[in-house]
Amino acid sequence: MLEVKNLHARIGEKEILKGIDLVIRDGETHAIMGPNGSGKSTLSAVLVGNPLYEVTEGEAWFNGKNLLEMKPEDRAHEGLFLSFQYPVEIPGVSMTNFMKAAINEKRKYQGLEPMNAAEFLKLQREKRKIVELDSKLANRSVNEGFSGGEKKRNEIFQMAMLEPKLSILDETDSGLDVDAMRIVAEGVNKLQTAETSCIVITHYDRLLEMIRPQFVHVLYKGRIVKTGGPELAREIQEHGYDWIKEEIGEE
Amino acid sequence: MQSEQQYIELYKQARQLIMDHAPEPMNAVRDEAFGDFCRQGFPSKKVERYKYTDIQKLFEPDYGVNLNRLEIPVDPYRVFRCDVPNLSTSLYFMVNDTFYRGRPASPGNGVVIGSLRDYPEVVARYYAKQARTSDDAVTALNTMLAQDGLLVYVPKNVRVDRAVQVINILKATPQNAQRQVPDLMVNRRVLIVLEEGAEIKMLFCDHTADDRRFLATQVIEAYVGENASLDLYCMEETHYKNVRVSNVYIDQQANSRVNHNVITLHNGITRNRLDLTFSGQGAECECYGCVIADKQQHVDNNTLITHKVPHCTSNELYKYVLDDRATGAFAGRVLVEHGAQKTSSQMTNQNLTATKEARMYTQPMLEIYADDVKCAHGSTVGQLNDAALFYMRQRGISLDEARLLLQNAFINEVIDKMKLEPLRDRLHYLVEKRFRGELNKCEGCKLCK
Repeated sequence: MLEVKNLHARIGEKEILKGIDLVIRDGETHAIMGPNGSGKSTLSAVLVGNPLYEVTEGEAWFNGKNLLEMKPEDRAHEGLFLSFQYPVEIPGVSMTNFMKAAINEKRKYQGLEPMNAAEFLKLQREKRKIVELDSKLANRSVNEGFSGGEKKRNEIFQMAMLEPKLSILDETDSGLDVDAMRIVAEGVNKLQTAETSCIVITHYDRLLEMIRPQFVHVLYKGRIVKTGGPELAREIQEHGYDWIKEEIGEE
Repeated sequence: MQSEQQYIELYKQARQLIMDHAPEPMNAVRDEAFGDFCRQGFPSKKVERYKYTDIQKLFEPDYGVNLNRLEIPVDPYRVFRCDVPNLSTSLYFMVNDTFYRGRPASPGNGVVIGSLRDYPEVVARYYAKQARTSDDAVTALNTMLAQDGLLVYVPKNVRVDRAVQVINILKATPQNAQRQVPDLMVNRRVLIVLEEGAEIKMLFCDHTADDRRFLATQVIEAYVGENASLDLYCMEETHYKNVRVSNVYIDQQANSRVNHNVITLHNGITRNRLDLTFSGQGAECECYGCVIADKQQHVDNNTLITHKVPHCTSNELYKYVLDDRATGAFAGRVLVEHGAQKTSSQMTNQNLTATKEARMYTQPMLEIYADDVKCAHGSTVGQLNDAALFYMRQRGISLDEARLLLQNAFINEVIDKMKLEPLRDRLHYLVEKRFRGELNKCEGCKLCK
């Protein structure tokens, strides 16, 4: 699915990723944890092609295609999805028009005709149920006036609509109450298949107990310094990151 | 040669000819207008209200003027289909500056929609009273050369339910013309009189119907009586060689209501002036402007709202989207005169520049001589939101499409305020088409549609 080799990236003059190696196979779920400022969000931003970041070294292959050479929209068409840590408000663009544009551009990329209105509405209705999203939100502007929980559920709704192959959830659990987190986690689980994969970036193991990744990576100072199973997340929850820093020879 | 000289010569030579082909009340003010024009000359860019548009240069080229009132044979119903069809409006045409008579008159109830030639009494009472020739050289020039125009008269307490649509067609070339015709200057004149309690909705659509160069001056005078209501929509969709200088004067009596909208969808060089005066208490106006310009297009909106009396409310919102090397200007002035207490006034101008070369000049001004008023003004010039663009691209929306969605969203705010519903829906469609670059078919074509 995804193969990242020795990836380096910077924003402005500041180097943030200093050699990331990561392999994700079909059907796998990986968690990425790490202290603030370690580069988790940068990694996700670089993978989806955010123009603020510059890749200085390394490679990233997505289902056999060179990810770093593709425009962000083409990466999306190929099946890469990011659930934003801070979903952007777009005043004046309705959720429905936004989603319709996204779906139809993807279909165009795949050589398909645009989806007709009835089909689209039906799809929208079905997918909304997955995250228990209020249908009133469809007529509102994208993310405008949404509560924190609604924004995050709206991200998962978009994921459901677009049916990506690889989803990156960037702190989708932050700012969610217990019920909202359950809804989000259940939504993500429903969307997982043997052919899709997921990267979950989080600070807490609560979400991971519900989503259940096979692999947990610790990102620190721009490198993956430790990889383990689900038990690693629990250890971090109990003991913090200090013991890992010690292990790699830092105070 | 100074650019006004050719018009001075023209008037001296053709004065009698002009008068012979024009009604008496229009002739009555002609010599005075000529005097005012000679005295002022065209304003240079040093004149405050003209600093963003070089009027002298626009009037420099040699244009033909149809002083003989030669008919340019045209059946507007055949050559032209406006972009705002099926509005269920009452449809009228002005071909260049002449009221087109191919239409049976009047919607009844004493309402007049006709030529200035046919109603000398009303024209004598109202014509060229607001549009003072001493105050604006283009108004003076228009008054000195105009020979026909549109009269809209709504008697006391009459409501015209069906919107009145007037399509202004600019056309220099007769059908089947054998030889090249000159570029054309037209001087269009509109007089709107609403008696007490009268109501009407007017939609003017400006179009060019052939590929000649046009210079169109326009003066609209509107008198809005007590408790009367006027909705005025002026939409321009002309080609890139077109020059339009429009001066709109509106006088509002007590408790009247005006909704003034100016929409520039496609043009060459456009300068719109609006002077709106509150003469009676309790009156309200809303003024909305929507501009989309690209390539080398230029759009300048200049507004002056004068609160002469207390308890009036004015609200202005102008939004521009400028692409390529387009230039835009908005200079809005609200003048609250001494004693105009309890004035409420809001003026907003928001602009989006899509390229580094696009230029916007914005100048909101408040001038207040009363001490118990609520006035605000604001102006922004910005670019498309990068975070929003990227968010959309991550969802698979191409950069072009994402820009289109954002520009649409930006301009829709002002379109949504327009109250004429079918026009609003149509505008949503036209604006999107415009942003996709599908509306400037005018370039190089013989007929727009």
